[in-house]
Amino acid sequence: MIWSRHNISSPSRADVLLARLSGSLAFAVAVLLALVLLMLFKESWAVLASGGWARFFAGEGWFPSSGQYNLWPMLWATLVATLGALLLALPLGLASALFGRFYAPRWLVLPLRRVMMLLAGIPSVVYGLWGLTVLVPLIAQWEPPGASLLAAILILALMVLPTVALTSEAALAAVSSASLQGAAALGLSRKGIVLGVALPEARAGIFSGALLAAMRALGETMAVLMVAGNVVQTPGSLFDPVRVLTANIALEMSYAAGEHRAALFASGLLLMLMVAALAWLAGKRGGRLYA
Amino acid sequence: MRKHGDALLTAAVWLATALVVGAFLWLLGDVVIHGIGKLDAAFLLDAPQNAGRDGGIAPILVSTLLILVVALAVAVPLGLATAVYLSEYAAAQLAKPLRVCLNMLAGVPSIVFGLFGNALFCVALGMGFSIWSGGLTLACMMLPLFIVTTESGLSAVSSEWRRGAAALGLSRAAALWHILLPAAAPAITAGLMLSIGRALAETAALIFTSGYVDRMPESLSDSGRALSVHIYDLSMNVSGGDAAAYGSALVLIVLILAINSVAVNLTERFLQARTTA
Repeated sequence: MIWSRHNISSPSRADVLLARLSGSLAFAVAVLLALVLLMLFKESWAVLASGGWARFFAGEGWFPSSGQYNLWPMLWATLVATLGALLLALPLGLASALFGRFYAPRWLVLPLRRVMMLLAGIPSVVYGLWGLTVLVPLIAQWEPPGASLLAAILILALMVLPTVALTSEAALAAVSSASLQGAAALGLSRKGIVLGVALPEARAGIFSGALLAAMRALGETMAVLMVAGNVVQTPGSLFDPVRVLTANIALEMSYAAGEHRAALFASGLLLMLMVAALAWLAGKRGGRLYA
Repeated sequence: MRKHGDALLTAAVWLATALVVGAFLWLLGDVVIHGIGKLDAAFLLDAPQNAGRDGGIAPILVSTLLILVVALAVAVPLGLATAVYLSEYAAAQLAKPLRVCLNMLAGVPSIVFGLFGNALFCVALGMGFSIWSGGLTLACMMLPLFIVTTESGLSAVSSEWRRGAAALGLSRAAALWHILLPAAAPAITAGLMLSIGRALAETAALIFTSGYVDRMPESLSDSGRALSVHIYDLSMNVSGGDAAAYGSALVLIVLILAINSVAVNLTERFLQARTTA
């Protein structure tokens, strides 16, 4: 629709005032949000300036007391945990979205969606509590110590499942009924309709849902902190305890000072950059970032 | 053969959904079973004792509420004004980059907001660990989500109404006040409820801003422990605190679910009103 909102109403003094007021408040918000980035840079400058980024990707490991700030082990743990959670959550979330659109009896559709919305609202610290008291002991019976990469992957998968399911369902709902009816009229089986018509047409929406889920998983702190064991090491197996970047900040912020504190801010900056890259990718594909 | 594949996919979809629902029932069931024993009037009205193992959560509920009030008092006026500006006044070339920034900020991990809040409010502005710092940090975190939902509510109001108001000679400010904002009210409220839900669930951003102190706060410059931080502390740092942690988790979940269901109802009513109008 091409019409300009700007000249359909008569201007008045109240208008000019409101435009200025809301404009300056909007500007204040923009400034406030720019401050987030600025503060991160300012606080991490001490370590960025002396030795630059190189120190975060080289050296013996993460030994703040002796000035070693190698982020690789924690970066790997973060990436592997996120990827593992997505590998589990994508098929399961997609399947429950397909179930809601194509397979569920009518009376089940709404309750199922309500359950998903409810789960999307459960605080991460509750997922962490449950993981710590139920999941970790279970894994420990199988292969000690229990608090491990596997526990982190399982809890993260559970946490991002509602995101995947709700965004995929929205994408599937947007598939035009004409193409579905056309496919049915051509005599395609339900499998043919789902795999051949619905999924390809909903691809973009499902993809941006997956990116949103990846953003959530990358940035999650509490749940992972509570179940992953928090040992700084490059994960060698699923049962190794690991520490992710977010958990590292939460664990060390309380006593970090000087260069150590700056290094933590720099790892926050790195997290923010990764999330921004994903958001940019999702925006480029025209996806919306809200479930 | 084709029949075979069809049945296989159907079975897989049913099985996956059952697995998902099953896992969630397991989680919710555990929280209710372990939490319900702790839950009584005394738990809600008493101060915590013995590092939280015994006693109640009264000061923690008060701190949580105060943090939320500070956050809302800052985020709602700022967010509303920004949304109005974006939807009614801003030129497209200005609104677009602002929207991109908001979308990006909505995805920034909460621990990063915690770092920011600690550096700006606690250290640079000298507020220390306090309810002020925690509330202001949460306000920054809520703003993007609240602005985006409010703006989409405003833009969903039919342009017919704007033209009608213009034809009647209403100023844009009057149209906004008498027509657009009331029409978008359910969507705005829903966005507000969603933001409150997210703020209540927040832990990582509060640990280094509002702090750990579990006494009853005497003023907004006191440190106050939020309910989610309480759950974290009980389960990680207090051995034998699991029962109290589950009790607090149940209280938190009930609070959030109540708020979320109000939000969902309002959104659905709003959408219905739009489609039948």
